[in-house]
Parts: sequence; structure tokens; C-alpha cells
Amino acid sequence: MTACHAGAPPQTSDAADLSAPAIALVGCPNCGKTALFNALTGSRQKVANYAGVTVERKEGSFRTPAGRPVRVLDLPGTYSLRARSPDEEVTRDVVLGRRGGETAPDILVCVADATNLRLVLRLVLELKSVGTPLVLALNMMDIAKRQGVEINVERLSAELGVPVVPSVAVRRGGTQALLQEIDKLCLGGETLRGSNSWHPLEAGELRALHREAERILKACSFRPADNTLTGRIDRVLLHPVLGTAVLLLILFLMFQAVFAWAEPVMDLIEGSIGDLGALIGGLLPDGLLRSLLVDGIIAGVGSVLVFLPQILILFFFIILLEDFGYMARAAFLMDKIMGGAGLHGRAFIPLLSSFACAIPGVMATRVIDSKRDRLATILVAPLTTCSARIPVYTLIIAAFVPNTTVWGGFGLQGLTMFGLYATGILAALLVAAVLKRLVWREQPEPFLMELPSYKRPSLRNVALGLWQRGTIFLKRAGTIILTLSIVVWFLCTFPAPPADATAPAIDYAFAGMIGHWLEPVLAPIGFNWQIAIALVPGLAAREVMVSALGTIYAVAETGDAAAGALEPLLAAQWSLPTALALLAWYVFAPQCIATLAVVKRETNSWRWPTILFLYMLVLAYTASYAVFHISSALLG
Amino acid sequence: MSLLTNTSSTVRLGGGRRGLRGHVAGLSPVDVSGINRDELERRLIEMGFIEGARIELLHEGPFGRDPIAVRVDDTTVALRRRDANLVIVTVQEG
Repeated sequence: MTACHAGAPPQTSDAADLSAPAIALVGCPNCGKTALFNALTGSRQKVANYAGVTVERKEGSFRTPAGRPVRVLDLPGTYSLRARSPDEEVTRDVVLGRRGGETAPDILVCVADATNLRLVLRLVLELKSVGTPLVLALNMMDIAKRQGVEINVERLSAELGVPVVPSVAVRRGGTQALLQEIDKLCLGGETLRGSNSWHPLEAGELRALHREAERILKACSFRPADNTLTGRIDRVLLHPVLGTAVLLLILFLMFQAVFAWAEPVMDLIEGSIGDLGALIGGLLPDGLLRSLLVDGIIAGVGSVLVFLPQILILFFFIILLEDFGYMARAAFLMDKIMGGAGLHGRAFIPLLSSFACAIPGVMATRVIDSKRDRLATILVAPLTTCSARIPVYTLIIAAFVPNTTVWGGFGLQGLTMFGLYATGILAALLVAAVLKRLVWREQPEPFLMELPSYKRPSLRNVALGLWQRGTIFLKRAGTIILTLSIVVWFLCTFPAPPADATAPAIDYAFAGMIGHWLEPVLAPIGFNWQIAIALVPGLAAREVMVSALGTIYAVAETGDAAAGALEPLLAAQWSLPTALALLAWYVFAPQCIATLAVVKRETNSWRWPTILFLYMLVLAYTASYAVFHISSALLG
Repeated sequence: MSLLTNTSSTVRLGGGRRGLRGHVAGLSPVDVSGINRDELERRLIEMGFIEGARIELLHEGPFGRDPIAVRVDDTTVALRRRDANLVIVTVQEG
């Protein structure tokens, strides 16, 4: 907006503006609140979590036409202040000014979808009882006009007793009226705060407020017959057969994109990381510092960084489909299947995302309101087969499963791969069902979800959303992953091998000791000491196991070539039951520090990553044990 | 208690089929789905299921015809049949 403000990083402007009036955006889900927030603040946003909870906190700042600096908080969407999820609790507590660490907002801006006022007017009436100065912003006025919706803004303002301004978040200048109203309310510095008479509403009071809202709506607006475009689209997209087909097609496209589009970029990142490692390796003398930088930090962080393109592509689709209004439809179509496992229909997308990588999957669980449903989804998401398992699966399948066809044309290797994927999905649904039936046995949450009208996504919102997801992944996961990469490097490097060492260096290091120490524990599931050692660096990221095996079996080649050279070696040295047991291990084993780190971030405690690690470990051990002994008996 | 019996003109929303039209007659006073009834009632009201609201059952889920998508006045709401059973609908003939 103003030149002096535009380039300033949010931190400094916030620090300067702490005395500035604070406004909070409140509104029903899908009302275009975030679009309005983006329009007001541009890129001057800070995304973090509220203290002590995993609810996303979005704060930004802007200047009003009068030059007044204003802080603005984008609160989670809600239909009422009667909070029923952690997100809605945050909204209630901030609005009421009783959330620790947050100042009570000076002005509440209730954002409404002008095409659908019915439910939000009740919220406005409820917000009035809080006593904080309130403005109603009728967002998406352009769409409402196009649909023939007429709203008498002055009458509405008079009936509600609050200022009402039209706004169009996605158009330049569309927030002018709102900005002027905020200036007006701020005049005189302090805004007038009335007394707070809010209390949780009982069904009877809700009904009364709803009736009052209906009366006002009838008096102030005219709405033609139903918006037929959304209805027409839904006749296809929610059709039992057609709709399911379209959903599958969209999923297929998403997967195609995640794997095919991301690959060149991933190769580029991988190559650049390799080049960077080589460059630094060339600059520094051979020694510990070089090893730490090249083998520890660059290789470790690089192995996670390489997933950034997949994460961005996945979130591109998720944000686009969410903005379009399709996500609620996907949840509708899949709810029966998810519900069978005790999960919410919305759990479908996070679980799907986990096929690329559990990290975006866990991050995407934020769309699930209910805390328990969300935790259950987070706990089972890592069971779906992520792309990091593919190199390991490919290596072992290529080495042990004959490349023959069975049942008239199906490749046995492909079938094995499919079986591993199917096992992952089944395991995720089964574990979820067990969690919901045995652990969280309280009454199930009702599934009530508005199906919003379809809207054309705004590129700017998608870009901002992607930018935020990307930085969250890099910043939050990055710090923990960096630390753990160094720990794993330390384990694989120290103590140094003796001068007359014959075995690979890793054999003498802590990793080797741990491997040998683990050997008796892992022997019952058919793992030899080489596998046991490779599991240690494999903790950093699953696919690292392949290069670790390369090191241990002293294969000269690296990268993809190592896998090629390893195949005959493994085929000669491992028994088939051992290979199958390792595959079973990889379906379940929690070998991904990055995922555990993100679960820690998202659940805000070490409790859930610990539970995740332990239950997956138990599953992996049991499955490998069963596979090893059953296949030994059958083959023996 | 007359609300609870399925006379010719009132049905539970949870048992409705695609194309059902009518008005909300009320929310059943008894616990019908094994979940916290009062909480469900408040949520239903917040989504617009209130006496007199215009209802049309628009879509049924692809598996077991569950959940259902219901037009409630100007809003479309997806909900499971189990939860929808709380809503009693006066059927509009024709």
C-alpha cells in the first residue's frame, strides 16, 4: 500500500506497530475470509501456531487510507462461538479476549459470503453480544450481483445495528469501503468497547437468534431461485458413478503430476546438492569438517529437500481444489469408506497425500476439525506407501522376485509392488479402526459439512498458500532434520576406523556397534548384521538404506548405479525369506525422522511421535517375524 | 410424540431418498444415533436445520447411499444418515 511499508519485513513492522489497533477476521468456513486477509495484508503475513495448540495463527499488517497502521488476525472459520474444535476454541477465546498471549481485538470484522447470508447473520447477532466494535463485510459482492442477489446494505446495517460494507477481496480496490470503515471506527484512537454479555448458547437461544436472522434476511435481501450453476456441476461431480469416476480421474492426475512433473525438478535438486557437496568437498581438506558438511549436513538435509517439489505440487492441487470448493465434495464421496475406519471424510486427502510423502499428508490433516479424528489420521498416514519406500522396494523386488508373468499377463514384480501398496492402505484403515474403537471410545463425532458453491480459484491465493506451505516445511521440519542429520552422521562416523581397517568404516562406528548390538534382536525376523547396520542411517530417510547397503557391501558405485550393482550381491547373499521380511518391515517401519519431526510440530508434543514410532515398530517387527517364519516354512 | 411416528406426511431425514422435498417439522426429542444428542441438535441448528426450513435431498453418497447432501434453504449440507435421523421432515407432496 504505502511505499514506506511495502518493503518492510513483517517482523520489523509488527514490532513498530504493537500499539496499533488490532482487528480480527471472523466468519463461517468458505466465506472468503482468507482471500480478504490476503487482499488486506498482501505478503505482509506471519504464519505460526497459537501458543500451546497446533492451530495455525495468521497475522498481518496494513495501513488504512488515513495512514493508520493496523494489525490483523485471520481467525479460524466457525459457525458460532460455541467452540467444538481446537480451531474454533481459538476463535472464541481470541474474540472474547481470554486467550493467553493474545490481546483482545479492538475491532471484529465479520466476513460474510454475500451469496449466502443466512448462517452468518446468526453469527453476527452472537458476535454483537461480545461488545467489541463490529463491522460486517459482505464479501464476494460481485458474485452475489451476478447471481441476482440484492442486498439493501443500509437497511441491513440498521437492522443489525452494526456497520455493513460490501467488499470484493479478489479485486483491486475491493476492500476500500472496509478500510474506510476501519478508519472511522479508529477515529479518536481508542475504539469504544461495550460490555460483554456472551455466554454459550443453548438450543432454544440458537433457535431464537436464527429466527431473528431469518427475519432480517427477509427484510433486507432478495434472492432469486437457487444458484443453478453449482447445482448443475454437482449433478455430475456428486453423481454416484460419474462423480466417483471424476474423483478417480483427478486423483490419477494428481499422482501423475506428483511423480512425473516433480521428477525433473527433483533430479535437478539432487544434482545441485551433489554438486554443492562436491564443490565444498573440493574446497576443504579431507577431514572431519568436510565429512560433517558433505556427508552429514548437505546429504542429510538434501535428502529431505529433494521432496520439496512433490510437496509443492501436491499442495498446489490441494489448495486449488479447496478454493474451487471440490474438497468438500471429495470428502462427501469418500466419507463412507473413511467412516468405516472411524475416520472423517476429510481424512481422505491427507491419506492420499501420504502416498507422495507423509510430511504433506500430516500437514494436510489441518482440514479435519475434530481433534481425535485428526490425531487418528496423523497416526495412520505414515502407513500409506510414500515415495521414499520405492527405491528400497524396487531394489529388493528386482533382486528377489522373478520377472515373470502370472495369471495371464500380470508381471509378478508389478503385482508384488501393488501388494505392498495395498497392504499399506489396509493397514492404515485397520489401525484407524482399532484406534477409534479401542482407544478413543467416546461417542463418534457427527459429520456435518457445508458444501460451498463453486468458485473460481484466485491464482494469488494459491500462490500465497503454496509459499506458506513451502516455508513451513523448510523452516520447521528443516531445523529438526538438520539436527538429526548431524546425529546420524555422528553415529556413522565415530569412532574412526583403525589405520589397518579392512571392513568399511561404518562397521567400526557407533552405527556399526548399534547394528551388531541389534543383530540378535533382529535375527528372529531374518535380518543379518548388514541390514541391521543399514537401518541406522536409514533412519534419516528410508531411501538412504539403499546407499547404506552399498557402503556396507563395499559397492564402488553410488546412487542409482549402486542399486544395480547391489542386486546380484543381495540375491546371492540373502535368503528369499530375509528379503520378504525386509519388505514387510518397510511397509510398517517408522524409519523417517522427518515425518516424526513434522508429527511433533503438528501435534505440539513428543507424545504422539513417540506413540507413532513405537506402534509402527511393533507392527513392523510382528509382520517381518510372521513373513520370515511363514515363508521359511513354505520354502524350506 | 406424534413427531416420532412415520405418518404419511412426516419422515426422518435419515431415511429419505433422493428427491425428497419438504420442511423441517422439528428435531427429534430422543437420542437416535448414539451420539450426544444435545450437541448434534445445536450443530444442526447452526447449519440451518430449524423448524420450517425448506429441505431437499439432493444427492446420496456412492457407497450405501450414505452420506446425503441436503439443501437447507440456501445452504447445501452434507451429513450422515445416522445424524440426519434427528431431523423430522414434513414431506411436500408432488
